[in-house]
Amino acid sequence: MKNLKINNSDFTRNKRLLVNKIILGLSVSSAVLALIFLFWILVTLFIKGVTAFSLSLFFKDLVDNGFRNLIIGQFVMATLATLIGVPIGIMAGIYLREYGNGKYANVIRDLSDIMMSAPSIVIGAFVFAVLVVPMGGINGWAGTVALAIMLIPIVVNTTDNMLCLVPKELREAGIALGAGKYRVILDIILRAAKTGLMTGILLAFARIIGETAPLLFTSGTNSFWTIDMNNAFPSITVSIYNLANFPTDKARNLAWTASFILTVIVLLINLSGRLATQKREKR
Amino acid sequence: MIKAMNIKNFYFTYSGAENPALKNINLPVEKNKVTALIGPSGCGKSTLLRSLNRIHDLYPGNSYQGEIFLYDKNGKNSKNILKFKKENELIDLRVKVGMIFQKPTAFPMSIFDNVAYALKLQGIKNKTELTDRVEASLRGAALWNEVKERLKDDASMLSGGQQQRLCIARAIAVKPAVMLFDEPTSALDPVSTAAIEELVVELKKDISIVIVTHNMQQASRISDYTAFMYLGDLIEFDKTETIFLNPKEKQTEDYITGRFG
Amino acid sequence: MLSKEYIFKRVAFLSATLILFILASIFIMLFIQAKPAMEKYGIHFLFDKSWNKTVIIEEKNPSNSKINVSVSKKIQNNMDIDEDENLFADDDMPGIDSENQDETSVKTDTVFGGFIPIVGTILSTFIAMFFAVPLSMGTAVFLSEIAPKQFVKPIGVAIELLAAIPSIIYGMWGLFYFAPIVQKIFGGSQISLLSAGLVLGIMILPFMSAITRDSLNATPNVLKESAYALGATQFEIVKDIVFPYAKVGIIGSIILSLGRALGETMAVAFLIGSVFRLPHSLTDPSISIPVVLANNFGEANNEMLSSLYYLSFVLFVFSFVIIGMAKFYFLRKKR
Repeated sequence: MKNLKINNSDFTRNKRLLVNKIILGLSVSSAVLALIFLFWILVTLFIKGVTAFSLSLFFKDLVDNGFRNLIIGQFVMATLATLIGVPIGIMAGIYLREYGNGKYANVIRDLSDIMMSAPSIVIGAFVFAVLVVPMGGINGWAGTVALAIMLIPIVVNTTDNMLCLVPKELREAGIALGAGKYRVILDIILRAAKTGLMTGILLAFARIIGETAPLLFTSGTNSFWTIDMNNAFPSITVSIYNLANFPTDKARNLAWTASFILTVIVLLINLSGRLATQKREKR
Repeated sequence: MIKAMNIKNFYFTYSGAENPALKNINLPVEKNKVTALIGPSGCGKSTLLRSLNRIHDLYPGNSYQGEIFLYDKNGKNSKNILKFKKENELIDLRVKVGMIFQKPTAFPMSIFDNVAYALKLQGIKNKTELTDRVEASLRGAALWNEVKERLKDDASMLSGGQQQRLCIARAIAVKPAVMLFDEPTSALDPVSTAAIEELVVELKKDISIVIVTHNMQQASRISDYTAFMYLGDLIEFDKTETIFLNPKEKQTEDYITGRFG
Repeated sequence: MLSKEYIFKRVAFLSATLILFILASIFIMLFIQAKPAMEKYGIHFLFDKSWNKTVIIEEKNPSNSKINVSVSKKIQNNMDIDEDENLFADDDMPGIDSENQDETSVKTDTVFGGFIPIVGTILSTFIAMFFAVPLSMGTAVFLSEIAPKQFVKPIGVAIELLAAIPSIIYGMWGLFYFAPIVQKIFGGSQISLLSAGLVLGIMILPFMSAITRDSLNATPNVLKESAYALGATQFEIVKDIVFPYAKVGIIGSIILSLGRALGETMAVAFLIGSVFRLPHSLTDPSISIPVVLANNFGEANNEMLSSLYYLSFVLFVFSFVIIGMAKFYFLRKKR
């Protein structure tokens, strides 16, 4: 505490207290400002989105000014990406935490963490070269793969962290009973980390379902109802982008309503993930 | 003395350490008796205990010398467990030599599944057999009456003392020859401690027990033999009465009377 | 002889290796696609202001001694631009000489250069950090030190919700609601580097706050309590004890957020203007690398495509290095 200079005369004390008050005030203001932005955005979304909102939007496709195909398309790609990415991510996380020792595991862990923050549009460019061009055009598979590539590092990170939290005695107790290592991992450790893992996966899902950039030129979007993944596939985020850029008021209003619905979906998934952890912790 | 295990000229060095944590340990474990390992923190008692079921193998880089023999039920044929290399041999060892930890380690599953876990691993699938053996183990751990109505409940709902007894039930379900207790009551309240101590004395009728404890009164209460360790050496080993009433080494006497540790 | 244990371990190992494989593939593929442009332009690409510029490189008719350069600038524009914006009054453009044009065939070439998007990326990120760093520090200090116990959780969750909002929403809200206010205060154009940078800053704010808060929380309470016991004020404790202790983590979080901001597309695409022009002031529109990619990938021909990949490669490597720095030097986790 060499740097802690405390001066105790009355004048300096008052000055210190004043400085303290100012800085604390600034700090509180920062937090308040952040909250203001949050509410501003949410309120804007609500006002602009609710005016044109109606349940029929969920039953019509974009070609009829509804969002059915877009929402379902986005969900389909995100779900497929999750189905592909979660097993890979969890197994990789298991390797890092349970089997890996030393340099190789650490390198992969660091690389995976870096990929978590990598530019998503570049991933789109990669998938464009690897899938879109060979397949002859934008398609739903390419979008799914792009989302999966974004999801995997997140799942690896979550798995790594959650497994780390499992006390080592639990592992030892399993081994001490004569269980093989993989049995201990599957029966005991994964179970112990279950809640944390589920929350992590849910949050990762919420993140990729709101992505636009990796889909822009891999799966694009489609105004029509389709389940054909070999062509342009409906995406609510890409459509919002297109609609917002359209010069008509009608298109922009659609964009707002779609934004409102997308945000509600993402925040709901997010909140439900957090609630699930809280419930477990209360036990 | 009919032996359950015999430790001979055993040295153990942790991965990356310069000096061995255990030096030239020679110690017999008598069948159906309780052997206590006592000594101040860092003397190596837990290290020695954990060598007996080779759980150190979970952490690569350790090295050891010497021999640790495990005898069969008649106390005749023995195998050097330090020579076990294959997965199968190690699994078999851990079925024969069970371990209870300081922190109760109930698995995240139901009470029934906890006790049945090792049985299922052995391939026992018959429902009746499982139920019978689970009940027998829970009775053997003095826990049956408290949980018989709620075998399907999650084990985390049990108290600390109950969880520890659950771990004991889980371990005795596979009918081990030896059981290792690593400070089993240091995380428990006095009532649970007394229950576990009673249990240990009861269990020794069928199982040979080695217990590490930093509580000397506990050692004197429940053990038949006591080994006093200090800084990796085995200072003195004898019948418990002798160690506590008439120790031969000065260091032992100093520790017993509380002059250090 | 394949035991379940062996198979399980193998699968785990392969999954981990797959990640390495994907990363390597991205690098390699970007490089391969960028190679034609790299070979054509070399390093000069990074400093060249032209984009989709047609230049005459050879004259077929030797009798005409005047060399004309006709410049056609294709402006990619997805936005409504304010009417007072005159896109063609540009000091950087050489004069168009419509007379004395060579009638016989000339060999032309299209030239691409990445200077403008690179500058745009750097400037918009810089603005974002300038705005977001003090706010994030303040918010993190609030969450970690000041907030009364019952507020910590809800406000923390609110910040994390802010981080969860999809970036395209920031773009939309920024364009229609935030940009006009920026214009009122700072003048200039609504669609500008400044608007884009500020909205980018708002986007990066929750992320930086969360990581900084975690670093601050790691300061052992005993240190703080000892200082309180000596009569220090809260500010002094934060300044002299918490910040120095958490210094490494704080720097790490700033650098990590910078890495993220570099690659952000949607929040910026709505607001930066997508105009291939070097800005004269921060309130001018311009363009950034992610936005160039977003706008052009769909309809690019091979020439442009390779340049786009050149830009992608540059962005990827640069982000990777910055984020890697943050991780390796500042945010080492204790294993």
